[in-house]
Amino acid sequence: MSVPLTYYLILGAAVFCIGLYGALVRRNAVGILMALELMLNAVNINLVAFSRAVTPGLLTGQVFALFVIAVAAAEAAVGLAIIIALYRSKRTVNADEVDLMKG
Amino acid sequence: MDIPLLVFLALAVVTVIGALGTVLMRNIVHSALFLIVSFVGVAGIYVLLEADFLFAIQILIYVGAVATLILFGVMLTRGVRGEQPQLNNQFLPAAIMAILLFVVVLVPVILNSIWPSSTQPAPTATTALLGQELMGTYALPFEVAGVLLLIALVGAIIVAREH
Repeated sequence: MSVPLTYYLILGAAVFCIGLYGALVRRNAVGILMALELMLNAVNINLVAFSRAVTPGLLTGQVFALFVIAVAAAEAAVGLAIIIALYRSKRTVNADEVDLMKG
Repeated sequence: MDIPLLVFLALAVVTVIGALGTVLMRNIVHSALFLIVSFVGVAGIYVLLEADFLFAIQILIYVGAVATLILFGVMLTRGVRGEQPQLNNQFLPAAIMAILLFVVVLVPVILNSIWPSSTQPAPTATTALLGQELMGTYALPFEVAGVLLLIALVGAIIVAREH
């Protein structure tokens, strides 16, 4: 493998940090969901890179990446359904304006 | 400089620019389009890591399905009229502090660790091997993932349904 593992890990860390920034500061709930997808992609980069560098024959990391993709798809579907239900009842998708569960 | 490294750098730039565009664009539709760019960049990274099946899945699921789903979500929730929505919430300084702390911890760990590495060649076609793993060693998690997807599908329909 001609590209060192470290490069992939740095790329994964960079994408994860960008996603974390988006998840923390975005007001639009759809934006938060997109940032979450970015973070899950960063995790997948790390899993596949470790799989390739450490145990190329076993594919364990790739199997885990597949499970992460399955969970991410489920999360996107449920998240968007919640956002659409929220928009119907409150006419907003801004996460900081939704305080129904605040005591 | 060898060619894989150049390809990696190009793909990394595409991925990071897509990611930055996703979190920084004011218009949520532009964000979603930048997200697609980032997904395609990650798919290229999978090619470089010789994960051909994951490349196809990344294009099919993320670029094909998740991006479309998000664009539908954007389309169905727009129409907050009149006001120019402010992009970020009040946690911006705290978020930047948190991310800086994360980077300060993470980057030295990545750079200073000695990662195990193998010189073994990767299998040329991963699809059949992945299928055997999923039906053999990981049969139970595979079934659970199927049930999870079914429940998520039913739950999403029930939550988003008009009453």
